[in-house]
Amino acid sequence: MTKPDNGQEIKPGWKTLPEGDVLEAGTAAEFKTGSWRLEKPVWDEEKCIQCMFCWINCPDAAIILKDGKVSGVNYDHCKGCGICAKECPPKASALKMEK
Amino acid sequence: MTTATQKTLVAKTGNEAMSEAMRQINPDVVAAYPITPSTEIVQIFSQFAADGLVKTEFVPVESEHSAMSACIGASAAGARAMTATSSQGFALMWEMLYVAAGLRLPIVMSVVNRALSAPLNIHGDHSDTMGARDAGWIQIYSENSQEAYDNLIQAVRIAEDDRVKLPAMVMTDGFIISHCMEAIELLPDAEARKFIGEYRPERYLLDVKNPYTLGAVDLQDYYFEHRRQLAAAMERAALVITEVAADFKNNFGREYGFFESYKMSDAEIAIVAIGSACGTAKTVVDDLRTRGIKAGLLKIRVYRPFPWKEIVSAIKHLKAVAILDRADSANAFGPPLFSDITSALYLSGVRVPAVSYVYGLGGRDITPEHIEDVYEEISAVSKSGAAPAKLFNYVNLRE
Repeated sequence: MTKPDNGQEIKPGWKTLPEGDVLEAGTAAEFKTGSWRLEKPVWDEEKCIQCMFCWINCPDAAIILKDGKVSGVNYDHCKGCGICAKECPPKASALKMEK
Repeated sequence: MTTATQKTLVAKTGNEAMSEAMRQINPDVVAAYPITPSTEIVQIFSQFAADGLVKTEFVPVESEHSAMSACIGASAAGARAMTATSSQGFALMWEMLYVAAGLRLPIVMSVVNRALSAPLNIHGDHSDTMGARDAGWIQIYSENSQEAYDNLIQAVRIAEDDRVKLPAMVMTDGFIISHCMEAIELLPDAEARKFIGEYRPERYLLDVKNPYTLGAVDLQDYYFEHRRQLAAAMERAALVITEVAADFKNNFGREYGFFESYKMSDAEIAIVAIGSACGTAKTVVDDLRTRGIKAGLLKIRVYRPFPWKEIVSAIKHLKAVAILDRADSANAFGPPLFSDITSALYLSGVRVPAVSYVYGLGGRDITPEHIEDVYEEISAVSKSGAAPAKLFNYVNLRE
């Protein structure tokens, strides 16, 4: 979208808009949905055994990976479903839900 | 098992003809759930898949909603996807029909027309697909098995055309065509496949080097523009349908248009109808002609896009017209084809007395005698010059 001097966005008309509800890739990254959350998972680096269960089970992409290792939670996108805390093995208990 | 190598005349039911067309179309994905009377189309096709005659990934899903969903996923991924259904199965696909059209996915579906519940009925009428006339799908209806076969092959080219990119459904009448054996001409495999061509989508989700988002939420600021694009694609489809029919005729000799005009040029009265009843109506027209009655028939093949200008041109010289619908709208006005054609006449400033006849619901017979009665009634209308006494009529219905 181009923005003229007055700052108002000019949106394309139906003749120039890409057909079939097509957008560029990865737009969900810019759409922050963390505010939907009631409880948040808190990750404890000391306890984490890097089993990756939280990462593979997260229905969004809210478990942050750095160099192939879990390194925290992306609160811009985590909706607080608690699946990561539930899947975190009891012997580790590295993810706990907090209000 | 058929491996046609040259143009051959074979005995096929409507369902068999549809499955032979699907074998030649060779879709990448077929996802379907069985329902009478369309079951055989996919049943026979699944044997082709099991025998390795097609390269198709066959997905036996758990419902028609899933069948259309799987076709949508496959088509978005870049595959040529097909399915078949009838009646309640078609109804269960409902919300996904709109998704297929709105995402502009050229899925092609065979629909064997069957009455909708309730009451429960497995026989042929057009209630199912007529309900989806505004879903953004191209609709092509067939009079017999040959047309079903030819229409399905043409539908793939029409749907996949870059100017169109719309899903298409090809219809036959339940049991009357789907289970009736007729002599039809199959195209040689190589020629059919050459005509259909490869599907080369402009973009597809499995193209990982060019990722994009498909089907995101589209609110007040864009939804309207996307729906207008859909309407424009349907307008462009008319030209493509004509082009594909012309190419089909050049290659294989059989001629198709938006509709078939049967003895219309000098006709004074005519019936407009869709599907298998037109075969019966043609024999009645022939019979009436031997008695000096100038009767004609307009058989609608393409109902969506609706060729309203062409239909008006074809019927504007008539003294009276009967419009036959194998579906009722229960809207305290008129059934679909009648409403569309009378609107088209009005907008064109043409005043031909038009009478509505609903017939054949739930597979109720329509015989030459019934059709002759319709011609007699509109003949009386044409002579009186007055408005018809009864606009909305039901054929072969007990009072």
